[in-house]
Amino acid sequence: MTRFLSGDLPRSRVLATLLIVICIGLVAAPFVFPGARSLNVAAKVAVFVLLVASYDLLLGYTGIVSFAHTMFFGIGGYGIAIAAAKLGPAWGNLALGFIASLALTLAIALVIGLLSLRVRTIFFAMITLAVASFFQILASQLSDFTGGEDGINFRLPALLQDRLACYYLVLAASAALFLCLLRIVNSPFGRVLQSIRENEFRAEALGYRTVIYRTAANCLSALFATVAGALYALWLRYTGPDTTLSFAIMIDLLLMVVIGGMGTLYGAVIGATVFVIAQNYLQDLMKIASDATSGMALLPNLLHPDRWLLWLGVLFVVCVYWFPTGIVGKLRARRAR
Amino acid sequence: MNRDWLPLVLILVLAAAALPLVPSSSTWLTLTVAGLAMGMMIFMMASGLTLVFGLMDVMNFAHGAFISVGAYAAASVLIALKGGMQAPSLAENLMAMAPALAAAVAVAGVLGWIFERVVIRPVYGDHLKQILVTMGGLIVVEQLIHVVWGPDLIPLPKPATISGSVLIGDAAIERYRILAVIVGLTVFAAMWLLLGRTRLGLLIRAGVENTEMVESLGYRVRRLFVGVFVAGSALAGLGGVMWAMYQESVTAGMGMQMMVVIFIVIIIGGLGSIGGCFVGALLVGLMANYIGYLAPKLALGSNILLMVLILLWRPRGLYPASKA
Repeated sequence: MTRFLSGDLPRSRVLATLLIVICIGLVAAPFVFPGARSLNVAAKVAVFVLLVASYDLLLGYTGIVSFAHTMFFGIGGYGIAIAAAKLGPAWGNLALGFIASLALTLAIALVIGLLSLRVRTIFFAMITLAVASFFQILASQLSDFTGGEDGINFRLPALLQDRLACYYLVLAASAALFLCLLRIVNSPFGRVLQSIRENEFRAEALGYRTVIYRTAANCLSALFATVAGALYALWLRYTGPDTTLSFAIMIDLLLMVVIGGMGTLYGAVIGATVFVIAQNYLQDLMKIASDATSGMALLPNLLHPDRWLLWLGVLFVVCVYWFPTGIVGKLRARRAR
Repeated sequence: MNRDWLPLVLILVLAAAALPLVPSSSTWLTLTVAGLAMGMMIFMMASGLTLVFGLMDVMNFAHGAFISVGAYAAASVLIALKGGMQAPSLAENLMAMAPALAAAVAVAGVLGWIFERVVIRPVYGDHLKQILVTMGGLIVVEQLIHVVWGPDLIPLPKPATISGSVLIGDAAIERYRILAVIVGLTVFAAMWLLLGRTRLGLLIRAGVENTEMVESLGYRVRRLFVGVFVAGSALAGLGGVMWAMYQESVTAGMGMQMMVVIFIVIIIGGLGSIGGCFVGALLVGLMANYIGYLAPKLALGSNILLMVLILLWRPRGLYPASKA
């Protein structure tokens, strides 16, 4: 088991329990929580765990803020979608689209990394924001190719048209890649990334070419995001700007990483689960609260179901100040005490 | 402030290069004025951000929130003063606009002051946390705008006498754009004089160049910084109203949308440089309008293209000012 998790155990009883519950929940979801909505939630959790974990490799482990992560997520989604819609729903075509999107991701991540990772964090953040917004507009403009704002609906090979098979494919792929990421961050390479985060100057002085390591981290994280995008496209049988590229998803990602806990991949699991469930069920709760307070001024507006992001935003800011290691860090610290 | 004229020449070169490409000189004039107006508005929004970065090494991703809040505050005032806006006399229109602009400046300034105290103060010197916290602040402020003003787009018509265009020769020029250029130039001139001719400006510039030295001479750079931050937020609010009226509508997301352009402008200008920011804003404004006319499909990429070209020429921006 230790080897399976690359020696990086949860190190907290509560956390371990939570993780096991989430795993069992995801595996058993189609049988325990029947219904299309809950299966959608489960699949979204599976995909976002992978996406958030890959973002954490960049943000939590290497200390780089990128706003282009959804761009890579989108590239993966569009790769599958365009291949399936234009070439037809065959396995070969899907593989072709998938490989093409990986290649495109690698090229873009490499160029952005080499051009702008030499300088400071802030510069990279701004450049990626600009590039990502450019890409978003590009996707909506090239409507012959990408379906514009409407996105692309497509069919899959017969096996994947079955929801259950598709769900387990997504879940298995996401779990395998998550373990893969766990292996990466606990390897010597991962240690170098952490040392760059802690003290770049010292890492450089110890003889590590930090630019190379950061660029490699950027590329790896982008590739994993691309796979996550492809998985999400497979699940939804649809790819469009709102499900992959939009800036709102980038913000969701940031929230998930920080609330779950930066610098630990288990944070991605917790963060993604909490967030996706909140996104889908918190609104119902808020509606009740909002209706209950409907007589008062402003309060119903604050509790309006559409304002759920407000409360997660507040939680986010609070997390960055007081619990920079998020939920996972808190749980682990409790055990240490 | 500096004797490096090449970037200024670049603006003229860009304008001159567009002249033979555009079919008629009147179209060219229209486009140029439109570009300058857009540039001036971007400059108002971007200047505070670049100065704050130069002075205190703080990058505020929530700057866009001040833009939106300023625009919403002004929209509230303008809706109350609807009569003045629709009146056919210029004086009455301006009388209605003045309190709206004042409200935008005041509300954005106060918000900036609160923001600096509550959100940014604990994270000096930590870029990663700054980016995260200010992003969080942006989310919260955007959502609060929804709470206070509702989730829908608010239409914001231009004042009666300032809408429409005037003919100069054959060129039709929107009146509002002329107003934007006038306001923008006034702001730039005021900043230029303040920074270049007053003792306060001297301290700010010295602070940008070497904070520790100024502090060791007994000045409190922190106080200066709060002042600059508030002023920068207020300017963002002003730019926000001007932009919202130009677009004739206000949305909570407008600030975030502008942030991308603003980042491009301050990267082009050189982080921390006001002069660079001005030149960068004009370049971006002109480029967007020329390309938008000549090759609409390319328009969205023009800003990125411009940024890449400028960074290839001067890797740290037109006027590198900050202590990087």
